[in-house]
Amino acid sequence: MKRRNFLELSAMGLGGLMLTSIPVFGDTVSPERLLETVDTALKKKLADVALNTAKSKGASYADVRIGRYLQQYVFTREKQVQNIVNAESYGVGIRVLANGTWGFAATSDVSDKGIAKATEQAVAIAKANSKLQKEPVHLAPVKGYGEVSWKTPLEKNAFEVPVGEKAELLLAANAKALDNGANFVNSALFQINEQKYFASTDGSYIDQDIHRIWPNFTVTAVDKASGKFRTREALSAPMGMGYEYMIPKASEKIKGPEGTGMMGYRYAYDMLEDAALAAKQARAKLTAKSVAAGKYDLILDPNHLGLTIHESVGHPLELDRVLGYEANYAGTSFATLDKWRSKNFKYGSDKVTIFADKTQKGSLGLVGWDDEGVKTKQWDLIKDGVLVNYQAIRDQAHIIGEKESHGCAYADNWSSVQFQRMPNVSLAPGKEKKNVDQLIAGVDKGIYIAGRGSYSIDQQRYNFQFGGTVFYEISKGKIVGMLEDVAYQSNTQEFWNSCAGSCDESDYRLFGSFFDGKGQPSQVSAVSHGSAHTRFNGVNVINTARKI
Amino acid sequence: MAILSKEEAQAILKKALAYSKADECEITLSGNNGGNIRYARNEVSTSGAEENTAMSVESRFGKRSGVATINEFDDKSLEKVIRRSEEIARLAPESPEYVPLLGPQKYITTKEHFDTTAKIDPAYRAEAAAKSIAAANAKSLTAAGFLEHYTDFTAKMNNKGLFAYHPATVIDFSVTMRTEDGTGSGYVTQDFSDASKLDTGKASEIAAQKAASSRNAKALEPGKYTVILEPAASIDLLQGMFRGLDQRSAEEGRSFLSKAGGKTKLGEKLVDERVTVYSDPAHPEIPSAPFSGDGRPREKTTWIEKGVVKNLSNSLYWAQKTGAKSVPNPGGMIMEGGTQSLEDMIKSTKRGILVTRLWYIRSVDPQTLLFTGLTRDGTFYIENGKIMYPVKNFRFNESPIIMLNNLEALGKPQRISGNLIPPMKVRDFTFTSLSDAV
Repeated sequence: MKRRNFLELSAMGLGGLMLTSIPVFGDTVSPERLLETVDTALKKKLADVALNTAKSKGASYADVRIGRYLQQYVFTREKQVQNIVNAESYGVGIRVLANGTWGFAATSDVSDKGIAKATEQAVAIAKANSKLQKEPVHLAPVKGYGEVSWKTPLEKNAFEVPVGEKAELLLAANAKALDNGANFVNSALFQINEQKYFASTDGSYIDQDIHRIWPNFTVTAVDKASGKFRTREALSAPMGMGYEYMIPKASEKIKGPEGTGMMGYRYAYDMLEDAALAAKQARAKLTAKSVAAGKYDLILDPNHLGLTIHESVGHPLELDRVLGYEANYAGTSFATLDKWRSKNFKYGSDKVTIFADKTQKGSLGLVGWDDEGVKTKQWDLIKDGVLVNYQAIRDQAHIIGEKESHGCAYADNWSSVQFQRMPNVSLAPGKEKKNVDQLIAGVDKGIYIAGRGSYSIDQQRYNFQFGGTVFYEISKGKIVGMLEDVAYQSNTQEFWNSCAGSCDESDYRLFGSFFDGKGQPSQVSAVSHGSAHTRFNGVNVINTARKI
Repeated sequence: MAILSKEEAQAILKKALAYSKADECEITLSGNNGGNIRYARNEVSTSGAEENTAMSVESRFGKRSGVATINEFDDKSLEKVIRRSEEIARLAPESPEYVPLLGPQKYITTKEHFDTTAKIDPAYRAEAAAKSIAAANAKSLTAAGFLEHYTDFTAKMNNKGLFAYHPATVIDFSVTMRTEDGTGSGYVTQDFSDASKLDTGKASEIAAQKAASSRNAKALEPGKYTVILEPAASIDLLQGMFRGLDQRSAEEGRSFLSKAGGKTKLGEKLVDERVTVYSDPAHPEIPSAPFSGDGRPREKTTWIEKGVVKNLSNSLYWAQKTGAKSVPNPGGMIMEGGTQSLEDMIKSTKRGILVTRLWYIRSVDPQTLLFTGLTRDGTFYIENGKIMYPVKNFRFNESPIIMLNNLEALGKPQRISGNLIPPMKVRDFTFTSLSDAV
């Protein structure tokens, strides 16, 4: 039934993925097949088989997801293409409520007969499990939308670009890195297309065509004489866009801090430019000054801060975590319901407003409707520093007194059951006009941190430690040179209360997590985190150098 | 048809191979069926079952290679998947790392398939969860757990005469128990090839006991402490080291095994001389497949002997390029230990910390193999041979290389995540901050 493989990445050297393996769903197919679609009228007919069967078997509610999940991954190192994966996974998942209990079944047999059989199985599971249920499921209402459709706004479908052209782009980026002092470079391009058809007994038939893309690389510089090596990760972001993200645009570049030569990328990436700088920075890291441990004011680049937001705000405000459903794996949360009910829990300083949405342009979370047929929206999680809300889906909304779902249910495949997943969670930019140099100008003793690095946080999301991919020392308002061996350790509430403000919206851009894991068995999801450069005062920095 | 016998697999592979027109063709046929049950807040939350059989074909023309997969096995489908892999191969660029497919190989026999695991049904899963939940209810605790089991097989055949077949089973269980006031938490995890060795009720009592006795932990100052790491705590750090026992990255100068002047630490003392690590696919406690993914025979291999690095794994390409011995990557690792139980190790500890589990472990510096992470679900202070009280969780920054050089004692090895690892006592383990998490 389910085809889920894992590409072992340890041999591929893509440290920036922060995973030892990446999921591949489905069967290997030819690239042409990735351009095919399934007729909407046929999908409606098949969906009705599930809905009618569920009702006839006694379900009070049913939803059906007919999904085609397409992936194309291209991997290279130095001057060679290592691997090209073209995969398709097609099937149907049916979820029902019977006797007040959920039941779910899935099948790759997308025929009237296959769907009817799986639906009967889902109802039987619901009825069997209802014997163990203490309280019936309470669903927040959702209106039926009739027959509607939605598509990721894109200029160029990445699947239409010949794979050879993509491999050439990666090899050109590798060449830039090698020409600028890299010893090794691994690069990759990930492209995903989810063709999802959702229908429910509430009267919705929603056809969606969702696209995501992620270019990425890791550059390594080696000093053979000393045996030292250093890496620098790409400063790209995974995006909910088409191939237009791969075409550099001057208007989408934001100049980095004076004295670093760095560039920020908004809705278009310049892979060649970034690869060249990455090689120079990886080489410079070999001789950079080792940081003196102590308290520093930090200026965090959006491509770094996104992960801190993800771990210290995104995850702790997932309502299922708060309630204990993830206790055995991801853990629970410090952000308990009593703190939220108090209406005065200071999660951060008054500079901190963090919002959730699945509507931002170019974001990974961007869809028209979630996997429960709920229209997506935006809402505040933290308003002027105070905890005001969580992330909830239809069967959780009543717990926090909401009349409707937040629209953040997601399943990573037709064969997986939908559950609450993190929407985009972003830090609102500052209201005063300010660029990164002006932000740095106010710092007497500080560190500028950019990009993805090591990250770790406890199971209730109090204590965390983050690294980055490049570090610069700030002294008396200016960047004075590169640093190495930097990591900061803090406590979530303490950290966000040390927030001293951000640059304005012209500096705002998205970071993303492409393979965020949650649940047992684990499901992946993709989520963006927007922010502008932001300052945090007096953060504890440790030196991570060791001798072995 | 998820699980095929050796003869059934061989028949399908032969039939498919007969359609091949490529210079080289290798077919892998694999299947699995299994199930899982998940519970939280002392109720079952989800349960499921899945099964799958799939064939993957690699065809090669010269140095060009193409892969295609399929999950239907009638004659037409078999021919289709072979043709598709051939079409993809013709369009592929030549691989600079081409090595010919292997010919006939001799494999040892390993027993990793157990009927006790293969015959698990939904009733067994429900009963296993119920026993665990009962252990929680008995002590007014809240349980969240997960049980997963698989039966699978892998078969491989190519047009150079190679044939391999291996069936396996595994069952994996873990549960976290929390006190109602949220101040105590305990954990246990166990995995076996043979399900008759698992008693979820008994295992859950360990988590329950840890949860109950970890209430109201005291804060100790972060710093360097002697620790006793249970295998569930040390395994992820050790696996970070095991995965790095790789010849190519060491020779490329980007590994903790790389040395100044482009040399490597192969043949040198890396850790304490009491550390010996080997793999053995035929080990009765942690059996694994007698062949690696590329069909090379796996045999008993010593990786670290008395602290000295003895072998590094490599690809066929890298072995050929460097003239090194071909060493496939292992299944599970076995770290030799002593005869002491965990209780004996606690008794012989003057002052130290018992660690049940480490969590959210991430690499900080690949050069020194420095990792960070936190203790979780049962951390206790030991004084004069006794557990005195629970302590608040710590963040650590430590390298398994430094840890294995600061070794004090090793206990009796236990199976953990398919490896056999002893509890270990280590001095000067570096805790860098405190966490409020329970």
